[in-house]
Amino acid sequence: MSTAVTTLIVDDEPHIRRLLNGALTRAGYRVMEAGTARDALAALDEQPEVVLLDLGLPDRDGLELVPVIRKRSRAAIVVISARETTEEKVAALDLGAVDYVTKPFDTEELLARIRAALRTSLTADGGRASVTAGPVHIDLVNHRITRSGEEVRLTPKEFAVVAELARFPGRAITHQQLLNAVWPNDYDRHIEYLRVVVRNIRQKLEEDPARPTLIVNELGVGYRLMGEV
Amino acid sequence: MRDVNAVPDRPQPEAFLRAAAQEGRGKLKVFLGAAPGVGKTYEMLNEGMARRKAGVDVVIGIVETHGRAETEALTRGYEVVPRRDVDYQGRTLSEMDVDAILARRPQLVLVDELAHTNAPGCRHPKRYQDVQELLDAGIDVYSTVNIQHLESLNDVVASFTRVRVRETVPDRVLEDAEIEVVDIPPDELIERLKDGKVYIPDEASRALNHFFSKSNLSALRELALRRAAQAIDVQMLDYVRQHALAGTWAGGERVIVAVSEQPGADGLVRAAKRMADALRAPWTALHVETPRDKLFDDEDRKRLAAALNLASQLGAAVVSVPAESVLDGIISAAADARATQIVVGKSSRSRLFELRHGSVVDRLVRATPAVAVHVLPLNGAAPTRRSIGRPQEWGQTSHYGWTLLMVAAVTAIGTGLFHILNLGNVALLYLLPVMAAASLFSLRAGLFAGIASSLAYNFFFLPPTGTLTVSNPENVVTIVVLLGVAIVTSQFAARVRNQADLAASSARQNAALAGFLRQLNLTANEEELMQAICAEISRLLDVRTVLLTRSPDGPALRAAVPPEDRLDAIERAAVDWALDKNQPAGRGSDTLTASDWLFYPLSTASRTLGALGIARDDGRDPVRSDQIPLLMSLLDQAALVLERVQLEAEMRDVAQLKERDRLRAALLTSVSHDLRTPLTTVLAASEQLSHGATPELISSIQSEAGRLNRFVSNLLDMARVEAGAINLSIEPIDLTDAVAAAVHDTRAMLEGHAIQLEVPPDLPLVRLDPRLFHHILINLLDNAGRYADAGTPITIRATRPADALILSVIDEGPGLPAGSEQSIFDSFRRIEGSDRSKSGTGLGLAIVKGFAEAMGAGVDAASRSDPRGAAFNLRFPETLLVRTGEGALPA
Repeated sequence: MSTAVTTLIVDDEPHIRRLLNGALTRAGYRVMEAGTARDALAALDEQPEVVLLDLGLPDRDGLELVPVIRKRSRAAIVVISARETTEEKVAALDLGAVDYVTKPFDTEELLARIRAALRTSLTADGGRASVTAGPVHIDLVNHRITRSGEEVRLTPKEFAVVAELARFPGRAITHQQLLNAVWPNDYDRHIEYLRVVVRNIRQKLEEDPARPTLIVNELGVGYRLMGEV
Repeated sequence: MRDVNAVPDRPQPEAFLRAAAQEGRGKLKVFLGAAPGVGKTYEMLNEGMARRKAGVDVVIGIVETHGRAETEALTRGYEVVPRRDVDYQGRTLSEMDVDAILARRPQLVLVDELAHTNAPGCRHPKRYQDVQELLDAGIDVYSTVNIQHLESLNDVVASFTRVRVRETVPDRVLEDAEIEVVDIPPDELIERLKDGKVYIPDEASRALNHFFSKSNLSALRELALRRAAQAIDVQMLDYVRQHALAGTWAGGERVIVAVSEQPGADGLVRAAKRMADALRAPWTALHVETPRDKLFDDEDRKRLAAALNLASQLGAAVVSVPAESVLDGIISAAADARATQIVVGKSSRSRLFELRHGSVVDRLVRATPAVAVHVLPLNGAAPTRRSIGRPQEWGQTSHYGWTLLMVAAVTAIGTGLFHILNLGNVALLYLLPVMAAASLFSLRAGLFAGIASSLAYNFFFLPPTGTLTVSNPENVVTIVVLLGVAIVTSQFAARVRNQADLAASSARQNAALAGFLRQLNLTANEEELMQAICAEISRLLDVRTVLLTRSPDGPALRAAVPPEDRLDAIERAAVDWALDKNQPAGRGSDTLTASDWLFYPLSTASRTLGALGIARDDGRDPVRSDQIPLLMSLLDQAALVLERVQLEAEMRDVAQLKERDRLRAALLTSVSHDLRTPLTTVLAASEQLSHGATPELISSIQSEAGRLNRFVSNLLDMARVEAGAINLSIEPIDLTDAVAAAVHDTRAMLEGHAIQLEVPPDLPLVRLDPRLFHHILINLLDNAGRYADAGTPITIRATRPADALILSVIDEGPGLPAGSEQSIFDSFRRIEGSDRSKSGTGLGLAIVKGFAEAMGAGVDAASRSDPRGAAFNLRFPETLLVRTGEGALPA
């Protein structure tokens, strides 16, 4: 019983809490609920490993809560919001949230995101050595990428982008995070660079570059590497 | 469409007193129409039915349907009191049965045609007397009457329609009645007449053809509205005058005041204003431009300008008419304006003058028999008289030289022909130079020719020749005749010259006005019109002009010739004054004279539209006094055109508002349908879940909930588009990413359609808002999925013409109905005529268009023939594209 992963649902809507509670319990998680920011902060004492955070809370903006939770807990934050603007998603991710889902969400997809979030938090800060996604294998230690067993040559920038995405497979990495990682010394960097590099990577790695399945774009937010461990 | 101008029920003050006397008496409501066919009976029946539905006991006393089905249909549902048959000279006439109604005692009875004359043998000769009896019995009555049946207006109406009705109703009958004017525009009525919807008794149809002319109907309509307004109160009258009557010719009073340059003209103007006020009539200040005007000195001009200015300030229309004499001018202007009252001043002329010329007033009264002429003393000093037609100057010396030459030539000819001519005929020859000099040059030249001719005649031909002695007294007559001819000819010639001058000046002015109007009418919108007004007035008067209108931040400069971008504080104050007081202000006026500019209000009867500023570069008074009449005409015309343009714009706004309302109504209908359908499914399916879950139930809940979700997000998007509240966050987008995401998100909707992607990998990036673009693609794919034939592929194709990038979503299906390529992007539009029922509000394509345009892209739609289907093309212009070569990348 004690081995079950503890999750904290922070949402002011009881129906959503009840629904999520059911789904998570069935998936084998221990579940706590909080309807307000205050209750949520109090519940952090129970050391949840995942926090599902709704941004529209009655007593405080959920976005403000992200850094507070990060400071007080090691929990992976998955933001759940009905707000559609990409700015808020990006802000939440840049503030340290691991992922986000938009209401209305697909429960299966949410569970997948939670699993991805747990994986990255369990392996500390990007300690992953290799990622496999379909026919593509990414060896982060030896900087080697193979597709169906054949080595694929990437430029250093291309590899840097892939590596940054592969550190947290399944997680949305914002444009800014990618640009920071790949062009750390370039202050005048543009998303265009990233787009071109990703396009080139796809040409080399994707089965059908017009229908990417490996590196997936998150509208206005960033990219996600759809990998398995 | 019927336009019923209902006048609210607001009694006169004295009506309150009368009300006491009327306690227990029934109330009369009269549906007043301008002419037969406006729909009085129809309106009465409608209102009666409304009362009946409200629980009032309503019966029909008498209603003539004239066999019209529309009207007949309205009488159904009423209880009709049977008519009474009256035998008259062998014929049986049916009349309203007053006794039956009194016995029936309804609360309200409908009695058509108040002015009807009963058949002999009835209790009262007139139907309105029957109505009085019903009212006295405490029964409310609704009745109808046309305006020409009102006794006091009978003459007025007959005067312009030339149709006199015999059946009249005394005005007092209507005094206590509530009046509702049933009003439709004359054009519509004429239309109805042509369609045979107006009942006209056969014997009257010939006369009535003239009756139904547009000008008659306008005048009748005005009379009707006016009478209704009179019955209510003064405020109402103003309202009617301002709103309903501007522009149509008044059936009522109209005052004309003749303004001259004489001292006291301003008093005359004020008196006319008082009279116009008392009569609540429009009024006109008239200046007759006679040849005498040329003799005005500066004082005269100033006085005249001041009087005309004053009249304009006091609300008169200022008119300037060129004419040979003041009398002719007044008579023609009064006829043109259909004046009913003429105000003239009487100067203190000498008795001798009046004996010679006759009193102008007498002649005026005789010439305008239908008009009241008011003669007021001019309370100023008598001006010095000047007359024309008498020599004022000697003229050019050369004229006398030519005259001498002509006389010499005639003398030479006479000498040459003397042997075949007798003495008398030689004298006749001398008439030639006399008439020529008098008509070509002047009276003095003519007299000079006469004297020279007689001297020459005397010296060369009259015996004894070679001397100036006249032996035969007969020959004295010849000399006198020559001089007389000179005088008469020159008088005639002078008059002809004057008339030609007048005609020319009148033609010039008319041409200027016509040209002005032509220029104004060439303009397409308000801005252009204002600029044209400035340009034209600037050109015609050789001045600088500006035009300002009111705005929330004070007067706004709208046009200027030559261009002007600022005005000083004092000018702004003058503009304010002109706009607020509807009076001229600035240099040369009475107010704020330190300004360089003179501002005239541009106003019509109903409102002040703006102010026109005039200035001269040389700092003289902006408008010469002789230009004032022309300027006034120009301003009047400009204001009218400007008002028309503004009214048209307002009409368009109203039309747009109506269209928006219509859309809103469509939205509500559509939204409630499209929200409820999936909700119903979800609710019903979830209820059944309690009996056990089946995969069908679950999938229908999921798909319907998904549909609901898409629909709600479309609604939200549309609200954003309509509110103009789209916050763009633009970034360079790889179309591959965008298309892939959209295809991913629509996979459930597009089940059964293969998606073919023809998006080359090397396209430029496009600067777009990713979220909006995603919604565009989802909607286009959704739309394709709805209309594509089952099992056909949907193609997404990117092409790269020279100056743009085009992304097309192509389906194979019925395609678009011809001609709908534009309109399918309107809100709430679904392709009509499709036999398949399609859900969705038709918001999708409107969102596509709204979002695309917000981002600077375009969208169009077209049908394709091979294979048949539709293509929706998003067009991204070059400006949105981002070129990205490999070399552009930093290492």
